[in-house]
Amino acid sequence: MATQGVSRRDILRTLAMGAVGGSVLQVIPAEAAEYAHQMVHQAKTAAPAGKYTPKYFSPDQYATITALCEMIIPADEKSGGAIEAGAPEFIDLITSENEHFQLRLGGGLMWLGHFCRDRFDASSFLACTPEQKRQVLDLIAFRKNAKDDPALSQGIAFFALMRSMTCDAFYTSKIGIEDLQYIGNTSLAEFPGCPALPE
Amino acid sequence: MLQVMRSPKVYDVCIIGSGAGGGMAAKVLAEGGLSVVMLEAGPPVNPEKDFKMMMWPYELPHRGGGVGGRARENFGEFLAPNGAWEIEGEPYTSAPGANFRWFRSRIVGGRTNHWGRIALRFAPIDFKSRTRDGLGDDWPITYEDLSPYYDKVEEYIGVFGSRENVPSAPDGIFLPPPKPRCHELLIKKACDKLNIICIPSRHAILTRSVHGRVPCHYCGQCGRGCITASNFSSSQVLIPPAMQTGRMTLITGAMAREIVVGKDGKVEAVLYIDKATRTEKRVSARAVVVAASACESARLLLNSKSSLFPNGLANSSGTVGRYLTDSVGSDGSGVVPALEKMPPHNHDGTGGMHLYIPWWKFDRQNDFPRGYHIELWGGRDMPGLGMFDGLCHREEGYGLSLKRRARQVYGTTVGMSGRGEMIPNPDTYCEIDPNVVDEWGIPVLRFHFKWTEYELRQAKDMQETFRSIIETMGGEYTTKTAIDGPYPYGIQEGGKIIHEVGTARMGADPKTSVLNGYCQAHDVKNLFVTDGAPLVTNPDKNPTLTILALSWRASEYLLSEARKGNI
Repeated sequence: MATQGVSRRDILRTLAMGAVGGSVLQVIPAEAAEYAHQMVHQAKTAAPAGKYTPKYFSPDQYATITALCEMIIPADEKSGGAIEAGAPEFIDLITSENEHFQLRLGGGLMWLGHFCRDRFDASSFLACTPEQKRQVLDLIAFRKNAKDDPALSQGIAFFALMRSMTCDAFYTSKIGIEDLQYIGNTSLAEFPGCPALPE
Repeated sequence: MLQVMRSPKVYDVCIIGSGAGGGMAAKVLAEGGLSVVMLEAGPPVNPEKDFKMMMWPYELPHRGGGVGGRARENFGEFLAPNGAWEIEGEPYTSAPGANFRWFRSRIVGGRTNHWGRIALRFAPIDFKSRTRDGLGDDWPITYEDLSPYYDKVEEYIGVFGSRENVPSAPDGIFLPPPKPRCHELLIKKACDKLNIICIPSRHAILTRSVHGRVPCHYCGQCGRGCITASNFSSSQVLIPPAMQTGRMTLITGAMAREIVVGKDGKVEAVLYIDKATRTEKRVSARAVVVAASACESARLLLNSKSSLFPNGLANSSGTVGRYLTDSVGSDGSGVVPALEKMPPHNHDGTGGMHLYIPWWKFDRQNDFPRGYHIELWGGRDMPGLGMFDGLCHREEGYGLSLKRRARQVYGTTVGMSGRGEMIPNPDTYCEIDPNVVDEWGIPVLRFHFKWTEYELRQAKDMQETFRSIIETMGGEYTTKTAIDGPYPYGIQEGGKIIHEVGTARMGADPKTSVLNGYCQAHDVKNLFVTDGAPLVTNPDKNPTLTILALSWRASEYLLSEARKGNI
């Protein structure tokens, strides 16, 4: 076998050196390339599982963030939702490192609480009925609603950020990427081109 | 205070910078028999460890957005530059009213680790700008002077493309191009209707094995760096053969501060900061090749003041830092419903586009000088941060309807990036800021930058073209641009396209230029500059291929002069 006596490390090293004459590269190019891909993949797939402890949000805030995430991208017959995709963890992590988001999301959550008390006499967003929660989101999920009720504009801005971060998290997760039926990030010997043009 | 450490050895050549220009000089000079020392301000690169090739976004906790999500708008975590428009501890300033963004990459190989690999020759007319329309200046060399070096570079690094006989985009020595993607075929159909030329792109990516390097594996991620070296980078394709000669010493973490001139008016040494120990060191050489990137090279020359060169080294003309340009950039995108019908398929291909639009209106009168090319993007890319920003903004909402729409519109975005020629203007240049130093104590650059009516009209034309192509495809053009404000017609800030060149330009007249046609300083015969700084114009062809060709030519000249004892 052509790879005998050559360690994985040697192969990677040689690949990394590029155009070096007399290297193993000339002996096993295709295998070496494939090997490199597997190595990187193995080395870089290793996320320790386990329960996530929020770094920034209080338990109540985190529960609210979690509820909003699942309302923004719920599970359906095809795929899991934003919670399963790790959106609350992602949002908490990013927010813990960014004062700008701390103010916008922290303040936004407070706004949401005030709004639910004023509108439904509920103690919090989480205390609202499912129907009330939908009513709130139907109001703050669209910019046009601020034209009728300018008092909604801050809530709309907050929700736009929540939606953007939830989409970011969901569509960069394994679940979200599979949901879109993305095919790729792999090694091909030839690029096949477009299957057949739509008419 | 600081003790300067002197190295007893005198090298034949000291090269400052390890990117396209420095790497090429290193290869040619070391293979030519000279002893070379190369200074690189960043760390070494280890592709197998550093390059994030084939990593999924969910393998990183920040999913590519970096700490605090800050990299989301600033190049992401996956790409390989080890740098960006801001580097901690190494600031630059902008004059009031100017807004220039200076991209720097601190790593062996420089920006060639992550660059777009678009490898376009300048056209014969690009060397004769003043003759052509009275603007800017002619080059001291012609296309015919450079053409053999374009040939050599393409043959050595590997460039795919096709022979098309488009006067604005000369053909080269090409590997076969990859097959087009679906959205590119639709764009081409629309272009055929609109009489716009749309042809296979030209990229420094291998579709066949070249000089022992394996062909592309079509993961579409060249910007992350390629572990198999199937695309061109200086770190993997130029530095290794230079090192193999045994005649090159590479010093990393070495921030050049000043080039030292002897009593005879020739350069004799380079002072640099060893970043690891924060000490100053001195390395002696019989010749110096500056290739630190256009603006960094200008900074080094301007900071190298002496009694012989009170205005900075090689700056008797006062033009070091002047004639700065970047490419004109304006982008746009739309949604093309026809693409909804495409079955899921692997669309990754090579990094970047497979088809592009070269400047096609070269034979008519336009309301702006020169031209632009259009880069194409879109389709079923690997999902990443921000992929549905447009959908969320346009359609809003939440819940199952949002999720279904995302599924439906995924892969239907089609985008275009216009990249055009900026004319040098007197309000655009860099100089030394009198008040600010970086963390190494080196005075920093202050930028002056201004787009003129020429560039704004070009950006307007780009927007109109993007719209007409996408509407001809049956799509909806969704980019909205203002006609005034900071970004008229979507024109990007100077420096954002990362094609800054011209700050030590070549020319026939030593009174108005820094270098001669061989990238050799008029004032100092053993000093060369071989990055983007020598470029007299900045045509709508990305500069890297030309930097490589100029550096090869300059290095051969340096070699022959050295052999004659003229250096």
